[in-house]
Amino acid sequence: MATASEIQVDDDFAELAEKKAWHQVAIDLVRKQPLAAGGFAIVVMMVLMAIFAEFLTFFPPEDNDLEHMLEAPNDVYILGADQFGRDLLTRIVFGARTALFVGFTCAIVGATCGMVLGVASAYFGGTFDLIVQRLVDVIMAFPLIILALAVVATLGPGTVNVIIAITIPFIPQCARVVRSNALAIREIPYVDAARALGFSDARIILRHMAPNVMAPFLIMLTSFLGQAILLEASLSYLGMGVQEPTPAWGLMLQGGAEEFAESAPWVAIWPGVAISLAVFGFNLFGDGVRDTLDPKLRSR
Amino acid sequence: MSKYILKRILMLIPTLIGAAIFVFFLLRLIPGDVCELRLAGTGLYADPAEILLCQKNLGLDQPLFVQFLDFLWGYVIFDLGDSMWTGFPVVHEIAIRFELSLQVAIMATVVAVAIAIPLGIISAVKQNTWIDYVVRTFSIAGIAMPSFWLGILIILGLLIGSQHFFGEPWMPPITYVPIWIDPMENLAQLIWPAVATGYRYSAVATRMTRSALLEVLREDYVRTARAKGLIEKVIINRHALKNSLLPVVTIIAIEFAFLMGGLVVTEQVFNLNGLGKLFVESVENQDFNMTQQLVMLVVVIFVFTNLFVDILYAWLDPRIRYS
Amino acid sequence: MTNLTTKLALATLIGAGLVVGGTVEAAPKKGGILNYVVGSKIPSYDGHKETTFGMSHPIRPYYSTLIRVNPDNPASPTDFVCDVCVGDVPKGEEGGTKFTFKIRKDVEFHDGTPMTAQDVKATMDKIIFPPKGIPSARKAFFKAVASITAPDDETVIFKLAFPTGTFIPALALPFNFIYSKKDLDTHGYTWHQKNVNGTGAFKFVQHQKGSFVEGVRNASYHHKGKPYLDGIKAISAPKLAVRVQAIRGDRASIEFRGFPPKHRDDLVKALGNKITVQESDWNCVLMFAPNHKVKPFDDPRVRRALTYAVDRHGGSKYLSRIAIVKTVGGIVFPNHPFAANEAELSKLAGYSKDIGASRAEAKKLLAAAGVPNLKFVLNNRGVDQPYKVVGTWLIDQWKKVGMKVTQRVQPSPPFYATLRKKKDFDVSIDFNCQSVINPIADITKFLTTAGNNYSAGGDAKADAIYEKLLRSADPKEQRAMIRQYEKRVIDDAMVAAITLWWYKINPHRSYVKGWKIAPSHYLNQHLDNIWLDK
Repeated sequence: MATASEIQVDDDFAELAEKKAWHQVAIDLVRKQPLAAGGFAIVVMMVLMAIFAEFLTFFPPEDNDLEHMLEAPNDVYILGADQFGRDLLTRIVFGARTALFVGFTCAIVGATCGMVLGVASAYFGGTFDLIVQRLVDVIMAFPLIILALAVVATLGPGTVNVIIAITIPFIPQCARVVRSNALAIREIPYVDAARALGFSDARIILRHMAPNVMAPFLIMLTSFLGQAILLEASLSYLGMGVQEPTPAWGLMLQGGAEEFAESAPWVAIWPGVAISLAVFGFNLFGDGVRDTLDPKLRSR
Repeated sequence: MSKYILKRILMLIPTLIGAAIFVFFLLRLIPGDVCELRLAGTGLYADPAEILLCQKNLGLDQPLFVQFLDFLWGYVIFDLGDSMWTGFPVVHEIAIRFELSLQVAIMATVVAVAIAIPLGIISAVKQNTWIDYVVRTFSIAGIAMPSFWLGILIILGLLIGSQHFFGEPWMPPITYVPIWIDPMENLAQLIWPAVATGYRYSAVATRMTRSALLEVLREDYVRTARAKGLIEKVIINRHALKNSLLPVVTIIAIEFAFLMGGLVVTEQVFNLNGLGKLFVESVENQDFNMTQQLVMLVVVIFVFTNLFVDILYAWLDPRIRYS
Repeated sequence: MTNLTTKLALATLIGAGLVVGGTVEAAPKKGGILNYVVGSKIPSYDGHKETTFGMSHPIRPYYSTLIRVNPDNPASPTDFVCDVCVGDVPKGEEGGTKFTFKIRKDVEFHDGTPMTAQDVKATMDKIIFPPKGIPSARKAFFKAVASITAPDDETVIFKLAFPTGTFIPALALPFNFIYSKKDLDTHGYTWHQKNVNGTGAFKFVQHQKGSFVEGVRNASYHHKGKPYLDGIKAISAPKLAVRVQAIRGDRASIEFRGFPPKHRDDLVKALGNKITVQESDWNCVLMFAPNHKVKPFDDPRVRRALTYAVDRHGGSKYLSRIAIVKTVGGIVFPNHPFAANEAELSKLAGYSKDIGASRAEAKKLLAAAGVPNLKFVLNNRGVDQPYKVVGTWLIDQWKKVGMKVTQRVQPSPPFYATLRKKKDFDVSIDFNCQSVINPIADITKFLTTAGNNYSAGGDAKADAIYEKLLRSADPKEQRAMIRQYEKRVIDDAMVAAITLWWYKINPHRSYVKGWKIAPSHYLNQHLDNIWLDK
């Protein structure tokens, strides 16, 4: 005769074995984590915009058309035109390309370097760890914007230099977080066993320790995405970021925001909305990632 | 405990020296110097001999290593030097900006805390309900909006709104008056950047409060309290809150440290004569002395705030002391 | 739009009336504090050393000069009046090589010391013959001066080595602050960098670093009855938007550099007749300089193609709406007697109204030089108005003849370093900004050996023309030679190109009276004739 607990276990197995249709999975996800799903939708939209920019727009993003300078939104210029007559919608769509390029590059490079540094630091310990930690302390002691400004002042403005300037502060941030996670793993016996078996340091780091710090790595990565976009906008606002005529949201705010905010408010509003939406989306998405990966925060 | 404190203080020293080296050499990498900028002006012809002279007066013709030693020696004899651009002592230049930045930082922190703690608690207690979603959306919007955009919108709103309702456009004062001399004027200028900045920083603190409280609410002793039959409100106020505040205080302290000197863009928008503006100007002017001292000041504030937080942590949580 | 146009027209009319007439004004009222915003920082207080308006705007009111541009007619390049001297500005004696000035007896420094000719001599010695180690930014303007003497307390005599029309305008430069000989002797020649003691209409009170400079009326000012104001306050505001907002919100009444047209329109739309607008041509011009030492810009055909491609008339029409540039002109300040008129201008490369023909010519030249799809980098300065705006426009202009240009924007210090020292640029944005309109001195920029010629090249023929020009004394002859010089430097040899001349637009609160716009933001900043109609 089946006991109550046996029936329960059977039921559980049945439920787990059941293959859910993918749209059912998606709907469940949306219902459980609506904010993260919304963030993900925004991210996907931005990525599509960036990739297919040429197909989504009718105007060249950089050519001047002074006849139409500062034209109000109408049928042709859906969001209006800027001070050089360029269509705002076109520049915002192409601006997504710049923003995401800068954002992803800085986030991925920064997080990866940080992760490698953090794991290596935790693994090797000793003087190496001490020195790296001091370096991390030094760089983290500078406010983000000050560091970025100093780097741009040295290297000059421009997209590549902006990427470098924004990536540098990310590396120690990620290194520090990853290191504290990696420290915990170092004590686990199987790392010692791997060493005893003669595996090389690199192999242990890459194959055993790195995968276990994926959670904090991904969390930092998504956090960096939003930060990078904002930093780029701030640097462009200060005149030290991406330069004309490249379309970039921060640059559009710098040239247009205050100059024409009263007579042509669309020049100031839409780029700001674009930036806010992008960062908003990335942050929501990042929150969702973190909530999923961090078991302590999952609701019962 | 005192051993712990000593160890932490000792670790500060290499950090400070590292920061000094880093900023010194980073600045020297910037092409051009203050003399060129001074004498070149708007294209009026500058005699190369004049430029050389200027450089000699400022000690810029010495080898780098000598300049660096001069810089470090300044800390030993408590003489932080003069600004290369204005010639006035660095300490004078920094003093008044420090006052303003400190006030804005304090006001912004107050605003941030006033928003973050109640919202964080609500969000944690009502996790995954629509209240939680609204609060999280509100706070993430604070992080997502570029601070200068928000600032521009605020000022424009004030100008246009005041003209619409009162006939005359009103703008916050653009010069700083210390709060003890004229509190109304002072607050009229500083409340807006404080709110704009505070909203942004409340976002970080809100999420920290939320996650810290969530963690604590899962703990066994809270389950026990619930099992004992205590009202939820009592549980939160008397048991959970205290223990969850520690990481929140950490975040707030660290954010405060960043507010000093990190508000570069906000100060531009609101025309505040603060440390951030001074930093941008001294970098633009290639005023090495000024920039170095300013950066070191910000680094020192940050490092000592961290130290304070570490000591606080160790004091409140004995497990850390003995690790 | 009609409402705005009407308001604008009205505001400009009022402004024009103030500038031209002067008879429209009521009697000046005494009292009030003038708040004005300044967009640049103060390096030091020493007028002899500095060149920026960031110093001039806040500090000029505390000092006097020997002679100055006529405050009631600052647009004129030849109308100079005495400040601390007596009577009219002296004409040269002995063939224009000797100038005798009679000094006023009633001038006092702010610390009470009376001012005499000895102070004037000491000041001019410092400017023209500075002691070793003391910088003087305008030494080069006074190359003709051989000696300065002060035989008694009321006379100063300048002896020139050769006659030149550039001497009097140079003397009127608003940076030649009269210092006290006593101060120079007791405190040294660098004391004035950090201290203010002058004979101006206002006394220095305080400088709150980074925030404002404050002054009060000088009761013993030598122009009796002035100043009308009780005090002045120069407020620091680096961002253009803040300066405009400040005037709109009445935190400041006026800004002396200039706003782009859109901001003028915004202010007029918001405040109607509470705003008065004064406009004028500006003695500043934006140029671009190809680097003659970099291929293919060593080929004059390529350089000429660059200038043929630019539609100046079209640019003027549109850019003047969003930037502080406007007038199409040659190398001389527009509307000056020595400037090219429309007919003469249209004969120069790139100035034809038929842009289609010009652009075809540009393409032909590029093909002939073998670089039809030339790619290069434009070096530009990281200042919006008008540098970045004009830079973006130029790139588009060159694109229209097949060239592919990107911009390298640098903050001011590395920008200057690139121009001056490193010279590692293809083509760079350049500029020529002067204060007192002094065409013969101003056009030295194109000479091969000029210190501010950044093109790393010149034209020997043009240099020869200039030598003759300098020695000529007949205005008709001078004008003809300037035309020849102009044709060489911006057309045939294309040393560097002129794009558009700047345009000064100063909207201010209507209750500010007495200030007349000058063609340079350095001029007419002593503020002793300003009063508030409140």
